[in-house]
Amino acid sequence: MTIAPLFTKQLDHAGLWSGVISRGKTLRLTDLEGGANVGLLLYNADQTTERYNLPDTLKGQHIFHVRAPFCLHSDMGRILASIVADSAGWHDTACGCSDAKLVAQKYDEKNYQTARNEFHRNARDAFLIELAKWDLGKRDLVPNLNLFSKVMADDAGRLTFVPNHSKAGGSIDLRFEMNTLVVLNTCQHPLDPDPVYHPRSVRLEVFATPPPPNDDPCRNSRPENVRGFINTENYYVLST
Amino acid sequence: MSTLTESKLDPTTADYRQVVLAGDYFSYVVKKGQTLRIVDLEGNQAADTLFYDAHEPTNRFSASDTIRHQAALYLTTGTRLMSTEGDALLTIVADTCGRHDTLGGACSRESNTMRYALEKESMHACRDSFIRGAQEIACNCGTAHVARHDWGKRDITCNINFFMNVPVTPDGRLTFEDGVSGPGRYVELRAERDVIALISNCPQLNNPCNAYNPTPIEVIIWDSE
Repeated sequence: MTIAPLFTKQLDHAGLWSGVISRGKTLRLTDLEGGANVGLLLYNADQTTERYNLPDTLKGQHIFHVRAPFCLHSDMGRILASIVADSAGWHDTACGCSDAKLVAQKYDEKNYQTARNEFHRNARDAFLIELAKWDLGKRDLVPNLNLFSKVMADDAGRLTFVPNHSKAGGSIDLRFEMNTLVVLNTCQHPLDPDPVYHPRSVRLEVFATPPPPNDDPCRNSRPENVRGFINTENYYVLST
Repeated sequence: MSTLTESKLDPTTADYRQVVLAGDYFSYVVKKGQTLRIVDLEGNQAADTLFYDAHEPTNRFSASDTIRHQAALYLTTGTRLMSTEGDALLTIVADTCGRHDTLGGACSRESNTMRYALEKESMHACRDSFIRGAQEIACNCGTAHVARHDWGKRDITCNINFFMNVPVTPDGRLTFEDGVSGPGRYVELRAERDVIALISNCPQLNNPCNAYNPTPIEVIIWDSE
């Protein structure tokens, strides 16, 4: 995309952010240092009981990870966002987020009183803080995506975190097919064995993008996604 | 790959037994220390199950926290079912099936249109059972045993599929396979606190998770010894 972004923001340390991005816009997330993790939750901005759904995203595409040209499904048979570009090729769907206990055990406690804004954040608190600003809360905390992180499963289902999966400058482009509340943070992946607390900097850019044509690669990556796009179009035919 | 663990508990000495037909919902408060067994009576049935802290229902089963805590995908003997607050709600203490899924979630009428065909929308699905089951929890479980809570769709989070086999491959694919379960196989859980069990006995006819033939399950509960 050579066009200028409509919006740019950089998240440093363990950054947290939320905002509504409307249908037709594309969010590019860039891993500025390599080894970033972006915990991500998505909600239909017009009816937040509809939200990103881990099982439907996996079942609908017969995958355990997400990457281009796959889609992020809601729990209502619709497509919230399409992954239109992606340098990492694997983003974790299953491992959820860190909480205060995990961060204290793994990195030792570092509170605001002593560390000021270098204090250790955790992803669960970050989600809950941003969700509250949209009148959402603990009932809305569902399994999140971990963009830029790769976790593999062996035949017995045991999980292994793959270090340094995402490279500096790597990015992922999410094109929103619905008006979407985006809630994200850059806390480290909960299974990242690195004993050093070091959330990487991530850049957010939002671009205006044209509506996807019928031969769009994400739409046609699975027959399930074609039907998900039809469901999404029908929703907007009725509601706009 | 997985070890099967039998229980010494005798169903004839149980304190509560209930058969749940395919397509029905079920809810019950399992008290701390009680043992809950779910039996796949005829084999290859998926028992979609959610758990909530009975006194604080926003503290509920979390698939991702459970996976993260054990650094493994499948549930079997020894798995602690973790909540969104980081608490162990129940522990699997016996399992004659060997693996249970928590990635596949529940079917819904809406996801059926996406997964199978737009005209499948009218078919009965687990999410509808979960919604009605959640709305009736106060009635079914008794207001004395559960916290006041305005149950709704937001409470229907990613569930467990007992007896369902959803293998993940090392290259990141996800498949639905005919079950490792069979007639009479069961999973048994010890409640680590008072929990609400909400079950939808899956009516899905479009994939092999129920061998295309949904069948009854039985719920058996023993008081603490």
